[in-house]
Amino acid sequence: MSQIHVTTSINGDTTEFLCEAEDTLLDVLRDRLGMTGSKEGCGTGDCGACSVTVDGRLVCSCLMLGAEAEGREVTTIEGMATGDQLHPLQQKFIEMAALQCGICTPGILVAAKSLLEKNPDPTEEEVRYWLAGNLCRCTGYDKIIRAVMETAADLRRAS
Amino acid sequence: MRYEAPNSVEAAIDLLAATEGAYVLAGGTDLLVKLRAEMLEPELVVDIKRISGMKGITPEDGGWRIGAAVSGAEMGEHAGLTGDWPGVVEAVGLIGSTQVQGRATLAGNLCNASPAADSVPAMVAANATLRIVGPKGSRDVAVIDVPASPGKTTLGSGEFIASVFLPAKPDHGGDAYLRFIPRTEMDIAVVGCGVSLVLDGAGKVSAARVSLGAVGPKVMLVDAAAEALIGRAPKGDALEDLAAVCSAAATPIDDKRGTVDFRRHVAGVLARRATEIAATRAKGETA
Ligand SMILES: Cc1cc2nc3c(=O)[nH]c(=O)nc-3n(C[C@H](O)[C@H](O)[C@H](O)COP(=O)(O)OP(=O)(O)OC[C@H]3O[C@@H](n4cnc5c(N)ncnc54)[C@H](O)[C@@H]3O)c2cc1C
Ligand code: FES
Ligand code: FES
Repeated sequence: MSQIHVTTSINGDTTEFLCEAEDTLLDVLRDRLGMTGSKEGCGTGDCGACSVTVDGRLVCSCLMLGAEAEGREVTTIEGMATGDQLHPLQQKFIEMAALQCGICTPGILVAAKSLLEKNPDPTEEEVRYWLAGNLCRCTGYDKIIRAVMETAADLRRAS
Repeated sequence: MRYEAPNSVEAAIDLLAATEGAYVLAGGTDLLVKLRAEMLEPELVVDIKRISGMKGITPEDGGWRIGAAVSGAEMGEHAGLTGDWPGVVEAVGLIGSTQVQGRATLAGNLCNASPAADSVPAMVAANATLRIVGPKGSRDVAVIDVPASPGKTTLGSGEFIASVFLPAKPDHGGDAYLRFIPRTEMDIAVVGCGVSLVLDGAGKVSAARVSLGAVGPKVMLVDAAAEALIGRAPKGDALEDLAAVCSAAATPIDDKRGTVDFRRHVAGVLARRATEIAATRAKGETA
């Protein structure tokens, strides 16, 4: 079976890849493009470890085919820091120890960033609902929620 | 498996009709899970998201036509749609997480044909219709006529849903959808109930549609529930009668999510509560 040729933008860079029709975007990112920041926790849309944005919309990359990325704009965890400069959410997660094993962290950071872009002043309840599709088996969520709330407050003060 | 993303309805129909084992791909939040679990092994997947018009929410005859590729998140951001049919928008908004919302569609929810699909009872209550296109042309069909049995629809070979139409919201009308799940997010309905009603000048119900999900092999429109409300103010005895009718109409199964008795009881409770919300909305108040 001939492979599908896809041209897309990933973190602002025009990227071309070949994939099989059944490859998910997550398969493509991890196995074909070597971008292993997005994790596979479940492969069925339940855990959010594979979260990316596509044309600005938060999605599970395990529930999208690689072929669907043609002409889209994809952003992943690899695009979050600017060079050595961590994104404020990344910095805050480290400061507040909002991670333990770290497998959920890329997905949670991508999801939290997408929330703060839409809603710079979320309530705790809004943060919890927004992140309900991001499972964490280590932290008990509390530190994650607080880190997101504090980053939001910092960003509001800075703007 | 082959993947095609045609940009016209005609091309999509040709692909679907010509290939045994072809599946439509909308948001993929059901289809990709099944692919991965090898529950399905499609010959061909036809992505409908690049067909023009599939992504639009457009006013029509006082109502709204929603393209088959519109996601739950896009519906929730649409002020006009949310203002007219808050129950339908809330029902689709209950599907999965933020990530799933970014992709899940109404037509996908319907065509996956799960008895517990959340948006389906809400669409039935709202009297939504579907524009189905296929090799023989296009036809408009009521939502209730699409699910056949768990996992099966009445769509013919080569047919797919191009859009969902929500009719003009009646004056003094309101709708609501409620579901019961053991958690607060990310779970499958144990019971779902959609209500749409119209109030007359005296505050009595002049028209109603009440539907139940997850308590039978497919969604049901409970005519006797509408009859229990019509001509009465939606409170007190009328709500008690409504609840009794809905509990009696439910034909659930026992499983790990709930027993038959529990589901019957909850069907009545949700019908009562959804009716109260719909009535509040019909009065022009927020609920
Ligand atoms: C983590 C998670 C949580 C979920 N939670 C819920 C929930 O709470 N409630 C709920 O109801 N569902 C839930 N779902 C199921 C799913 O998200 C919904 O059913 C969703 O609406 C499916 O829409 P889709 O566009 O993604 O469908 P797809 O996966 O693209 O398609 C589903 C089926 O419908 C067919 N199809 C799609 N579009 C059309 C069309 N236009 N015409 C004809 N056939 C078509 C496809 O061929 C396929 O068989 C959940 C799924 C996941 C992964
Ligand atoms: S790997 Fe995609 S949601 Fe779990
Ligand atoms: S830090 Fe281990 S799963 Fe979240």
